[in-house]
Amino acid sequence: MKAAVLLFPGSNREGDVARAIKHVTGVEPAIVWHAETALPAGTDLVVLPGGFSYGDYLRCGAIAARASIMDAVRAHAARGGLVLGICNGFQILCESGLLPGVLVRNARLRFICREALLKVERNDTPFTRRYGKGAVVRFPVAHGEGNYTADAETLARLEGEGRVVFRYVMADGKRDDTQVLNGAANSIAGIVSEKLNVLGLMPHPENHVDPLVGPTDGRALFESIAGMLEKA
Amino acid sequence: MKARVLVTLKSAVLDPQGKAIEGALRSLGVPGVASVRQGKVFDVELDGGDKAKAEATLKEACEKLLANTVIETYRIEFVG
Repeated sequence: MKAAVLLFPGSNREGDVARAIKHVTGVEPAIVWHAETALPAGTDLVVLPGGFSYGDYLRCGAIAARASIMDAVRAHAARGGLVLGICNGFQILCESGLLPGVLVRNARLRFICREALLKVERNDTPFTRRYGKGAVVRFPVAHGEGNYTADAETLARLEGEGRVVFRYVMADGKRDDTQVLNGAANSIAGIVSEKLNVLGLMPHPENHVDPLVGPTDGRALFESIAGMLEKA
Repeated sequence: MKARVLVTLKSAVLDPQGKAIEGALRSLGVPGVASVRQGKVFDVELDGGDKAKAEATLKEACEKLLANTVIETYRIEFVG
């Protein structure tokens, strides 16, 4: 597996995700600057890390989504290559049109930094094969703009096609759209593209991979990707 | 040529920032405020004097970057 982590001015989780990939899969990802026009040859997985690219100016992810490297990412995705966007990376994927919808200010206006419970809605994607279907996992969240929104037609399409992969749930493992921490429509925490090869999610699986610092629910996500690519 | 681009949230989209501002105005005792929606203003200076061309340029700017048309609408005004 060859992985590339993109670096935009204001990204700040590139180290976390690069370390998580190395820790779980043994592969050292390349760090790729946003002004590049091509990905390293043979890249299998592109990761858009969290942070505050361009200081969240204009809209979260808006300016990063227009960076020159994003044309290469779009081409990679069109070829069926894997793309993972975490937090600000998810916002960038939405702004770039690789995923539908948009992430707006949290409904209660507060920056939320804590653990969230998530239900893995499907385990037949390249990112979730090592999870049980319907498993409830704990990932940290740290965002001010994680409130997923799309028009009714897009939401219906996402649900109809089963493209919601991660959903916020309550302590009992059930979703409650009126209580969701950031106000996200249908309790959506993460979605995939039509071909299942582009995943965007607000929570941070990369921060839960090492037993030294806490739970390890995020490991299976990186194991899934590595396992998928080995088979290919 | 000078133009002003106004970007506002579509009416169906919830605006928590606008709501907070509305609440603050109320708590300040400013009378008669029914509701507040927050938006953005871009003042743009354009080369040349062709208004139709300028309008096309600004429309392109809005569609490509200034507005996210999933949640926002835009309006272009020419100043002076």
